[in-house]
Amino acid sequence: MIASLLLLLPLLGAALIAFGPAGRRDVAGARAGSRTGPRWIAAVCTLVTAAVGVVAAMQFEGWRDGSFGLHAGVDWLADLGITLNMHVDAVSLLLILLTLLLMPLCIFASFSAITARQREYYGWLLVLQAAMTGVFLARDLVFFYICFEFTLVPMYFLIAIYGGENRARAALKFFIYTFTGSMLTLAGLLWVAWAHADRLGTWTFDIPTLTAFAQSGLSSGEQAWILLALMAGFAVKVPLFPVHTWLPLAHTEAPTAGSVILAGVLLKLGTYGLYRFVLPMVPDAVVAYAPFIAVLAIVGIVYGALICWVQDDVKKLVAYSSVSHLGFCVLGLFALNPIGVQGSVLYMINHGLSTGALFLLIGMMYERHHTRDMNRIGGLARVMPVWSLFMVFFVLSSVGLPGLNGFVSEFYCLLGAFTASVDAQTGYPGRLGPWYAAFAGTGMILAAMYLLIMTGKVVFGPTHLPGGHGHGGGHGGGHGGGHGHAGHAGHAADAHGDGAALPPDLTRREIGVLIPIALLCIVLGVRPGLLTDALARPIEQALAASAAASAAATVARPQDADTGGGASGHAEGTGDDLPRADAADATGDVVRERVRG
Amino acid sequence: MADRLLLLLPELVLFAGAVLVAVAGLSPRREIRRALPGITAGFLLVAMAAVAFVHSGERAAVAAVLTPMPALTGWVRLATCGIAALLSLLTVGTIDRRLEADVQAGRLDFNPLMAGRGEFHAFFLLSIIGLLLCTSATDLIWLFVALELTSLPTYVMVAMSRPSRRAQEAAMKYFFLGALSAAIFLYGFALLYGATGTLIFSEMSAAFAAQRAGDGIPLVANVGLVLAIVGIGYKIAAVPMHFYAADVYEGAAAPVTAFLGYVPKAAGAVAMLIVLGAVGWEGGLPEPVLTTLWMSAVLTMTLGNIGALLQKSVKRMLAYSSIAHSGYLLIGIIAGPGLGITAVILYLVAYGVMNTGAFAVLASLERRGREIEDVEDLAGLRHRHPALAVALALCAGSLLGFPPLLGFVGKLYLFIAGVEAGQVLLVVIGAINSAISAWYYLILVGVPILGAPTARSETVDAVPSRWPRVAAVLAAVLVVLLPIVAARLAPRIDAGTAVRAAPDPASAAAARR
Repeated sequence: MIASLLLLLPLLGAALIAFGPAGRRDVAGARAGSRTGPRWIAAVCTLVTAAVGVVAAMQFEGWRDGSFGLHAGVDWLADLGITLNMHVDAVSLLLILLTLLLMPLCIFASFSAITARQREYYGWLLVLQAAMTGVFLARDLVFFYICFEFTLVPMYFLIAIYGGENRARAALKFFIYTFTGSMLTLAGLLWVAWAHADRLGTWTFDIPTLTAFAQSGLSSGEQAWILLALMAGFAVKVPLFPVHTWLPLAHTEAPTAGSVILAGVLLKLGTYGLYRFVLPMVPDAVVAYAPFIAVLAIVGIVYGALICWVQDDVKKLVAYSSVSHLGFCVLGLFALNPIGVQGSVLYMINHGLSTGALFLLIGMMYERHHTRDMNRIGGLARVMPVWSLFMVFFVLSSVGLPGLNGFVSEFYCLLGAFTASVDAQTGYPGRLGPWYAAFAGTGMILAAMYLLIMTGKVVFGPTHLPGGHGHGGGHGGGHGGGHGHAGHAGHAADAHGDGAALPPDLTRREIGVLIPIALLCIVLGVRPGLLTDALARPIEQALAASAAASAAATVARPQDADTGGGASGHAEGTGDDLPRADAADATGDVVRERVRG
Repeated sequence: MADRLLLLLPELVLFAGAVLVAVAGLSPRREIRRALPGITAGFLLVAMAAVAFVHSGERAAVAAVLTPMPALTGWVRLATCGIAALLSLLTVGTIDRRLEADVQAGRLDFNPLMAGRGEFHAFFLLSIIGLLLCTSATDLIWLFVALELTSLPTYVMVAMSRPSRRAQEAAMKYFFLGALSAAIFLYGFALLYGATGTLIFSEMSAAFAAQRAGDGIPLVANVGLVLAIVGIGYKIAAVPMHFYAADVYEGAAAPVTAFLGYVPKAAGAVAMLIVLGAVGWEGGLPEPVLTTLWMSAVLTMTLGNIGALLQKSVKRMLAYSSIAHSGYLLIGIIAGPGLGITAVILYLVAYGVMNTGAFAVLASLERRGREIEDVEDLAGLRHRHPALAVALALCAGSLLGFPPLLGFVGKLYLFIAGVEAGQVLLVVIGAINSAISAWYYLILVGVPILGAPTARSETVDAVPSRWPRVAAVLAAVLVVLLPIVAARLAPRIDAGTAVRAAPDPASAAAARR
């Protein structure tokens, strides 16, 4: 019941904004300050939903034992067993709470930035919230897919209407990439459901049932194909290395709230999908391909970080840093041991907090100075001391300074990868090893470099502002007018607030938006146990399958001589080329399986 | 005989309607001529009630004996009447527009010889009758006649849909190629007769079963089936018989294009199901037939979507998209009983609604009395006609198969049916094609809602009649709301031709709704 409220309240708010009388008066920003305008409806709605979320979290009984709770739902397509059932476990509830926290903050942060087409803006934000919550709530595969896919629509419009100058292209690219991937994911999920119907005689799309079935009921050849199909959608969403190219563009062009949600929650849909479906559903294939995926993650970590290093655009830098950071998240997942996965889930939340806050800060800067080019702006510490304080704080959190939230998760992910080969004796599959951690670790160093360089340029150093009223105005002229306001004014001047109306430093509203995130960063940094205790059991359950699979594989492998050699050789984890050999072996498996089929 | 007449009650109702509108169209009274689309819609709604009546209660059992696939007959007839009623709203004010304007302005006296509106709506209803008859065909002759009854009126409808050479060119092209396709599937039917010695599907089914048990299905039967499928493929615009679609759809006026998008396609899909039902999916379709269908499905989806990507004209884009949707339909046709037929029926309903909605938006817009052509004409539609822009966005989203809209439910069933039938590769190709189609459907969403009005699109206005707009909004509402009751829209059909199961009470109940 309370779960449905989490889903329905935002939809109700959206309907109120779309069809309600209040919205009409607010057209064209004529009464932007009105307390009945769409932004206030949205704010109240998200706050109420957040309160409901807190109540739900208190009602939830599975914090320690890893069980599911807060069941709700209705039947939908009965002959196929498709329902709209919902439930949560600790992991999904935490992600829901993250969503519920970020949404009101995003809405408050948009108050000054969005002055035109407000009804649509806040309406879409609320719809987006419902869709994201639905993804985490879903207990039914089709329901999950619907919500997963539906997040695209609000985001598409948010980027395409309120975005920067390249917004049309960014929105299209974002939509096409994710849609293409998730169509294949759908095919994979349908295959699992069909296999269940075929072998057990009844159609169901119940996720726990299908997961339990898929672990044992699918041959390893089938699992490999399903892994491929699932990865197609989730990897794009995460985004994993070769399919990440939509992300920087979408992030850079999206309005601030869009970027925050994109980084904070939407990317987590991908990693959540990996956690919820890929790990437990196709354990054999996961064990077989873990090194390959981990290599992609590491490439993403290093490559993303290197690109960050050469960015001039602050927002683009943070966007690419997401590619790098989410690499850690995936690496932790595919370490396939509790530490790594715990780190990964923590990372989902911590990245949402720190990177979300960074995007908020950049948005606040942009609203005032209409540039994100760090060659054109600098030394803000003198002009915007409060802003600078928060900026340094969140950069440190993002870098992974011990004592703040980022550190724990990053450390756990790396530790998971590092000890993965040791765990091979303890029952967890552990296909990774110290080398993986070592390469991934360079990402941490690089992150410190590019983020601190950025901070150094923007926050410290000689003050110069693009408007020329700083001390070093000489920089302002030449570089990249494209980033600036000039290129922007033609189409979106109406969609963006006038910076002149804002005081030089942060307003109380803006500080109020940042404070909760900052507090959480400290709390989670000092007491990560708050989360790790809750996460331990569900993660063990999610990993049970792959542990069993690897145990079965170690028994089975001696019979399968050619793959066995590659795999056991790998357990020592001595070379970078091994994953490739493994992948080749596994591909061979797949091909053979297909020929047989 | 009486049973059969009862079964054909909806067709008889519509036939009476056709005669009535043909005569009423000649009336010198303008109000009567204006009411023609309304009368047509009224008869369609009565026919809809008649379908529900015929397929409910004890009569359902009788209907089940007389039809090859009972639920198919009931459902397709019901849905067709509903969708056709929606389609008839689109035609308001289209036919004889100039003539009526002249008469009204007093420049011309009304001359029944020049009036086409009555005939148009009579043909409209006759074509619908053809489709309804297709669904209850029990032998090849019936099927052939019904298919031709569906098609022949459409040739005339295309020609008279608007006073333009392109409409006439389209009609000629459509007619000649249609005749060619009829020849092809008639040849196929003849070979089937030769191979089995009967025209009646149930006997044919027994003959095929005997052949399967014996030496296997003979070559001549396979050739007959393949020819029949390729020929009927013309009706659904499936490769290799797809090439006419873009030209014909573009040439005809938008309301007629919407009609072409649903009625012949539904007739073709139903005919394919019935013909394939004779040979039966159980034990696998014969290899040549399966290969033909499979290749056709893949090519139809892919060529349709790629073709649509390249178009600037909205109608051509939707024409190619219509081809692509036939490819998706073929997945369900290949899958057969169980989910396949259910999925085909559901998808036909979904496609009928969303396609009609999209064309209704086009039919609602004009520039100085002429249809709009390019995507650019839709730019910034949101500012001038927000309801139309939203309706188009919803229908395009549904055509894309975006959850949770109606098209998604349809596609979900098709894909599940495909996976169930072991056609995973086909489903994956379908999924990739859906992704390709996102490119152009997003244009239809984006340009009206996100685009800024251009000098060109500023000259676009709504047509005087409000009914096309009503149809567009209605279709958009259905696209959003029907998924909620989708479970009841999807009758479970397990029986092929050979097996006549008792009619599904649930579908009869739903039919009454």
